[in-house]
Amino acid sequence: MHVESAIAPNHLTVQERAEIDASTRLPVLVFFGSAVFWLLVGSLLGLVAAWQMTHPALLDQMAWFTFGRLRPAHLNTVAYGWASAAGIGVGLWLMARLCRIPLVHSKLLVSAAIFWNIGVLVGVLGILAGDSQSIEWLEFPGYATPILFIAYAFVGIWAIIMFRYRKPGHVYVSQWYLLAAFLWFPWLYATANILLIWQPIQGSAQGAVNWWFAHNIVGLWFTPIGLASAFYMIPKVIGRPIHSYALSVIGFWSFALFCSWTGMSHLIGGPFPAWMVSVSVATSAMMFIPVVAVAINYHMTMRGNFDALKWSPTLRFTVFGAMAYTVASLEGALMAIPSLNTITHFTDYTIGHAHLGLYAFFTMIMFGAMYYIVPRLTGWEWPSSAAIRWHFWLVATGIVLMIVSLSIGGVLQGLAQYDPQSTFKTSLDYVTPFRWVRGISGFLLLAGQTIFAALFLAMLLKIGRRREGPALFVAPDAVNAPAQ
Amino acid sequence: MNRLPLIFFGVFLTFAFSWLGLVVYPYFELGRLQPAPDEDTGGYFPPTTTGLATAGQKVFSANGCLYCHSQQVRFAPLSTDIAKGLGLRQTVARDYLRAQPAFLGTMRTGPDLSNIGVRQPDPNWHHRHLYEPRSVTDWSIMPSFRFLYQMREIQGQPSDDAVSGLIGPHASPPGFEVVPSDDAKALVAYLVSLQRNYPLPESPLPPVK
Repeated sequence: MHVESAIAPNHLTVQERAEIDASTRLPVLVFFGSAVFWLLVGSLLGLVAAWQMTHPALLDQMAWFTFGRLRPAHLNTVAYGWASAAGIGVGLWLMARLCRIPLVHSKLLVSAAIFWNIGVLVGVLGILAGDSQSIEWLEFPGYATPILFIAYAFVGIWAIIMFRYRKPGHVYVSQWYLLAAFLWFPWLYATANILLIWQPIQGSAQGAVNWWFAHNIVGLWFTPIGLASAFYMIPKVIGRPIHSYALSVIGFWSFALFCSWTGMSHLIGGPFPAWMVSVSVATSAMMFIPVVAVAINYHMTMRGNFDALKWSPTLRFTVFGAMAYTVASLEGALMAIPSLNTITHFTDYTIGHAHLGLYAFFTMIMFGAMYYIVPRLTGWEWPSSAAIRWHFWLVATGIVLMIVSLSIGGVLQGLAQYDPQSTFKTSLDYVTPFRWVRGISGFLLLAGQTIFAALFLAMLLKIGRRREGPALFVAPDAVNAPAQ
Repeated sequence: MNRLPLIFFGVFLTFAFSWLGLVVYPYFELGRLQPAPDEDTGGYFPPTTTGLATAGQKVFSANGCLYCHSQQVRFAPLSTDIAKGLGLRQTVARDYLRAQPAFLGTMRTGPDLSNIGVRQPDPNWHHRHLYEPRSVTDWSIMPSFRFLYQMREIQGQPSDDAVSGLIGPHASPPGFEVVPSDDAKALVAYLVSLQRNYPLPESPLPPVK
């Protein structure tokens, strides 16, 4: 057990910690605030697109809102407007805390946040106006992506400079993941933009680059930030260190080695040399190693402290997300097995998997992190623990309902599409009832998120009664009190 | 793991590995593929497409057709794509030489389009279908693309390019006609051009029974 590894931030005095938090306040809150805004917009776009699948006449006379534009607008809004911005905010705050130095020239990062949001706005409007690239996860038109890239450059450079000038001492596991994410993202994003949008390469090679990018933006950008946050929040809230340093090291390096190869499992049977697909199938199976290493590490850290889920909002969201990470990754490994993939490929099952990764895992962990970070930035407490409880149960129920319905519907759809005796209509008949359930689950998510947005706004405007202590679901007993 | 260089080079090298394999390799190898000569006619496979069909890819892209329609026929016995009539043969890298972008797709909420031009070669069928999908297939969940068409009063003679045979609630009333926009014409030209029924050395057509 490596005791220092989790409690390193506690070497700071209360005053030092407050200074660091204050230095990150403005840029992190701007990233968070815009992220929450785009989360609502993106969810609304997704909700309409979901209902269009059962009601094809919905908004069908408005070119801007045809399904084929709403769907990429939804994906890009939540991926870049919400998830990336939330991840950048959490990443910058964690980096400052773990490097134990205040953020300098934070006004430049505020400009970066504003630029980032201009990029997202231009991109989403571009898609709706009919300039979508129709390259999955990369639909923003070529005039929007450079704005995002420039905005990101500031963030990446700041994160690395912070790390370079960190206070001497232990480098915590969260910092490895953050550093990796901040280095991988520009490489990924630049490669994909150059080869697919600015100087498109020929033919099916585009498919390979597309899915190398699309899988890695989840695997090597969102995932490491989510894991970094969980590695910080879980030990912090329960007040004990991460179980095993060795497992953290194994988990990190095996993740770095295997994850970036897995993208071609989205194109099994596609027009590529067999080895390219095979290597993705093999590395998908190898992903068991980092996933299980991380899962054991989280579980052993939590062991004996699961009671804390009853009172800590941060922990409840984070642990939900951490568990979803395990499920999502193992499901991804199974989906890469060709005999199973031939059923689930091209069906709603894939959509379920995407939501398991980006929502049940990443988004829930971001909620958890925000519940921890925002009070430390605003000096105000969440006004209502009942509202947080509603937020949790609405989105938790909603996302489980969504994933289960898409998964069952997807398998039935896939079986019908596989069966040579069955018609195309059969595959639609099978999946349609599940699409209704998915449509309903979208309302639950939107309702939960609206509560969260209202809470967030109350924090910014300092509305409500000033609380004595943190907003917990129930009063923790003295033994389990979090180290504030 | 307390040192920046170790983490930096570690994440750099692991990532460079997949970047070489899944980006640089296809860039050089797949990117260099040339069309296959057709010995019978002196032409090439895949055949060149008309300018209108090439323009149609933009309309296909702008309106996100690929989110429901894939364009890839997987090989047997991995899949039953060929048995289900999606195509006579597996699609291979060379099939997408002229695609910009390559709309491989990841969903089949609607049927695969690799060979839609073989199954439905009639442009008017496509216009009727795009204008009002449920007038062609009553259980279709495809959205209507009426915004690519214009309904207008017939001035003198009906237009040559007016869509014929429209039925259903959005059909043109007497004295009116539905004419496709340039975008609709380009899109249909592109859809009709999707005919991957030519032989390639690496994916020959099955022997005729």
